[in-house]
Amino acid sequence: MALYNSNRGGIIQIIIGFVFVIIIGQLISLQIFSNKYKLAADNNAIFRKIIYPDRGIIYDRKRRALLENSISYDLVVIPNEAKGVDTIALCNILRIDKDEFTKRMIEVIVKNSRVKAGIFEPFLSPELYAQLTENLYRFPGFSLSERSIRTYPYNTAAHVLGYVAEVDVNFLQKHEDEGYEMGDYAGMTGLEKQYENVLMGQRGVKRFLRDNKGKIQGAFEKGQFDTLAVAGRNLYTSMDVDVQQLAEKLLQHKIGSAVVINPKTGGVIAMASSPGYNPNLLTGNQRRRTIGSLLTDTARPIYNRAIKGQYPPGSTFKPMGALIALDEGLISPSFGYNCFGLYTSCGDPRKCEHHNAGHAANLQLALANSCNSYFLQVFRMAIDNPKYHNAKQGYLKWKEYVNSFGLGRKLGIDLPSENKASIPDTAQYNKDFGNPKYWNSCYMLTLGIGQDRMTATPLQLANAMALIANEGFYYTPHFVDSLEDEDEDDKAILAKFRTKQEVTKISGDIFKIIKEGMHDVTVYGTAAGIKVPGHEYCAKTGTAQNPHGKNHSLFVCFAPKDNPKVAVAVVVENAGFGATWAGPIGGLLMEKYLNDTLTAESKTKTEYLANVDLMPQSIKDWYVRNNKSERLTPIEYNNDELGDVWDMEMVSENNAKPQKPKDTIQKAVDSSFKKTSSIPPTNNSNTVKKDSAALINKKKKKTINTKNVQHT
Amino acid sequence: MSNTPNQNNFSKGTDLAVIILYFAMVAIGILCIFMVEFNPNINWSNSLIAGKNSYSKQIYFAIFCGFVGIFILLMDSKVFTALANISYGVGIVLMLATFVLGKNINGSKSWIPIAGGFNLQPAELCKIFTALILAKFISKPETDFTKIKSHLIAGGIIALPAILSIMQHEMGLALVYSAFLFAMYREGLPPVILIVALSFAVLVIATLLLEPTLLAIILTIIAAVFIISMVKRFKRNRNSILIVIGIWAICFGTIRYVVPYIFNNVFECYQSTRIYSMIGKEYDCSQNKKSASASGKQHGKKPDDYNVKQSKIAIGSGGFWGRGFLKGTQTRGKYVPEQNTDFIFTSLGEAFGFIGTASFLGLYLFFLFRIIRIAERQRSTFSRVYAYSVVGIFFFHIAVNISMTIGLFPVVGIPLPLISYGGSSLLTFTVLVFILLRLDADRQMVLR
Repeated sequence: MALYNSNRGGIIQIIIGFVFVIIIGQLISLQIFSNKYKLAADNNAIFRKIIYPDRGIIYDRKRRALLENSISYDLVVIPNEAKGVDTIALCNILRIDKDEFTKRMIEVIVKNSRVKAGIFEPFLSPELYAQLTENLYRFPGFSLSERSIRTYPYNTAAHVLGYVAEVDVNFLQKHEDEGYEMGDYAGMTGLEKQYENVLMGQRGVKRFLRDNKGKIQGAFEKGQFDTLAVAGRNLYTSMDVDVQQLAEKLLQHKIGSAVVINPKTGGVIAMASSPGYNPNLLTGNQRRRTIGSLLTDTARPIYNRAIKGQYPPGSTFKPMGALIALDEGLISPSFGYNCFGLYTSCGDPRKCEHHNAGHAANLQLALANSCNSYFLQVFRMAIDNPKYHNAKQGYLKWKEYVNSFGLGRKLGIDLPSENKASIPDTAQYNKDFGNPKYWNSCYMLTLGIGQDRMTATPLQLANAMALIANEGFYYTPHFVDSLEDEDEDDKAILAKFRTKQEVTKISGDIFKIIKEGMHDVTVYGTAAGIKVPGHEYCAKTGTAQNPHGKNHSLFVCFAPKDNPKVAVAVVVENAGFGATWAGPIGGLLMEKYLNDTLTAESKTKTEYLANVDLMPQSIKDWYVRNNKSERLTPIEYNNDELGDVWDMEMVSENNAKPQKPKDTIQKAVDSSFKKTSSIPPTNNSNTVKKDSAALINKKKKKTINTKNVQHT
Repeated sequence: MSNTPNQNNFSKGTDLAVIILYFAMVAIGILCIFMVEFNPNINWSNSLIAGKNSYSKQIYFAIFCGFVGIFILLMDSKVFTALANISYGVGIVLMLATFVLGKNINGSKSWIPIAGGFNLQPAELCKIFTALILAKFISKPETDFTKIKSHLIAGGIIALPAILSIMQHEMGLALVYSAFLFAMYREGLPPVILIVALSFAVLVIATLLLEPTLLAIILTIIAAVFIISMVKRFKRNRNSILIVIGIWAICFGTIRYVVPYIFNNVFECYQSTRIYSMIGKEYDCSQNKKSASASGKQHGKKPDDYNVKQSKIAIGSGGFWGRGFLKGTQTRGKYVPEQNTDFIFTSLGEAFGFIGTASFLGLYLFFLFRIIRIAERQRSTFSRVYAYSVVGIFFFHIAVNISMTIGLFPVVGIPLPLISYGGSSLLTFTVLVFILLRLDADRQMVLR
């Protein structure tokens, strides 16, 4: 019987083997092909405590801290451990009700799960903090966690610095592998965002072993996996707190923007946008209260107009129009236009503010007097340049020039979301005028005086001034000059701010001519009333028509005339004539930067300008309607009378509308064109050569002199 | 027949491999318990001497078991045949006694308290006694194990302690008695029974996985296809059509009545819940008659699969190489409940990874195959049946215990032989192994 069944031992072995193979199979799938268990085990047992490093500080050019860190406390809770909490006592301390308590608890669980610490009440006030520390033993699972928050000792440069805020789901998805977690804070705008990686530093992680009841048993693996927190690195900017504060002061109660650049480095000295806000309003527990009203404000105080505001440059564009014509050899500095107060070559007459004969007898005079007719003519000559066969080719060449001046493209400043504004594309005009064959310089005539579809940001205008000041190059505008402990990667990032941008091949002599013209603006021209004590400077005023109401007041300038150290652009929205509002602001900013102080007279002027209210009526009405009258300034100033008087500089109506010129006028244009281009170009270039040769000689002498000085 | 020349020298004829494996496994067990109990803040050498920790207790148990083993090896092998019937009787009496004297441990009343704070679980010991009496019954000259009558008697011998165990709420221990099927199969149990048992298991699982109505339809279709495709054969043999219909009726009955009955009336609520949760379903405890009658049972409260989840995390987190000795976070954090008894395999899996678990299973497999080899070299039916019983009991424990820790089997309270903490369990397996060694040493004899 036994022998008969002896093969069954084998079968039993097979059965046993089969079961073992199944078990081994499951073990392979669990232990080799599945990572989730390792993660689950770590989630169970390893408690990661994040050590937040201090964020880097941002300094101005004199090493004054634009912002600092201070300590604030959050009340955090681990929901799983919050058992037996004296809810009533806690609610009383926090002044919330039971429903709010449950609501917040659920929020914490949803955000951070039951086993991780989540913020129950952020940014405790000192009184709350004291009360809670005394009573904490009654609230198991709750603890106080330290957090560093930003404070702004100078209450300034909110737009530039930006703010930090708690990261949201979108942010976490975008920065998936950068180690951010729910509840972390990160730079959301401005330099805080741009240099987040530098400022943030490196968070440290301490790992603890935790048992099944959530009790900490000690360091995990003796702390060998712990990482130390590395403090964020500081930013050293080219900003100047004094100039920045002055700019903000001058722009208060106005809508507008001012940008001050050091043309020698491209470093931004000040960048103000008005209306602004006090950066201290967006830190700590202030933030929750203010952010909403700031975001809904119709005057958009959070919007940085200096890099996003798109303004028609108006007459401030004229120097650039002249540069193009000179470089193309279309005009010489002595080119004159007989303006009688109207430009009629394109049908509907365009007004010019001057009527007297000879106010545009040469380039310098035309610039100083800001003659519209002159620059409209110059623009048309550039578009109808016979070198480029047709108006479209001419326009493309002209656009190339304008782009090379940094208009109509992003400059690459170290702030997020810079706007490139607009130098219109040919496609846009094709759409308006149909076939490019029929293009005509009269179509977009007012581009020549910075109107039509041309827009620029204040930053671009300031940069264009730096370009003229430097006679043909600029450094990409930037705030950060250097970082603390710069490494190779940082150097690579900052390299673009340290390389000369030679975007145009226009010779220095041509720039010198323009500079002279812009200097004349300040001597006897439109800006003659604005002085910078102790310095000769160059400037151009602008009064730009816009579809939003009264003209924008613009002013661009650089100083000193020789060896420029500062370039400025100021825009005041709907304020009127450039020389009245933007001009004095620009002048004061230059004075402050160059002289470090203001004269008594300038100080009175500052106070006057700071108190002038140029807010458009529509915005004031909005404030009244929305019960925010506290935003209205106590000093009411009626600028209507003044504004009307000075709206004369550019009075052409419907300038954006295309108008087809009549045949006769077309002929007249052609003939005048021939006249102007008949100036022998060889002659022109010869003089230029002579001039430049003289200049080089001068330079040589200078260098020799300095050498001698050094030797002695 | 009773010629025993080697009686004085107990080491002669004993299988050295099994002894080495036995001690290796006990050592691994103590190591695993040590890993579970280890606390870096407490000096382990002190607590070892104090005997307060599980691992130190297990060491004392092991030493005690060593003496028991030596004692067994010194006994006359005829004692086992002689005492088989009596011991079985005593075992059954002890099990019945638990209903009177029983002490409630972990919800089952299967322990008898004895002096010195130790508790005895008669059901554990009954495994040995059942193995002995089964061997004795089958090896009797008058038993013809090809006959159904013998099968039924053997089945009754096994079923008695199993039923008692179920009554003690020890489902795991009851299931162990099915391990004797190996021995019975080896001795001539027709394979049809195994096939029927397997079919039944498949049917139960299918009932759980599929909707009963859907399953009934599928079965009906299968039966119909069978009948149609075999029409010619049925014309010749009328009975075969009846067989097909009969099988169909039995299957249908199983689905409709037997399976629900088992889950609602035989299993406790928590057991049904565990089985349902294995396949990702929820069991409605209100249907369960047993838990309704024995209300207030603690098991009913914890229906979640927390144990298995944590156990799988522990084993899975070991990965290929393991987290290292004493470095398992699941073990250190005490995340796995019952880790030093039923879930001891997890500490091994976490610390030593797949390398550890695979070699450990290899060791067990070698151990089982070694005993099968020993079984096959016996001249005596008694020894062989006993040996196969030992194989069956060990295999069943190992397979069920490890399967439940890795989520292949519902959680039933079955220890891992020689590894799990616990004196009763260690003693039982020690006795099982050493009786086998004693019998094997006398393999030239034919015992009855």
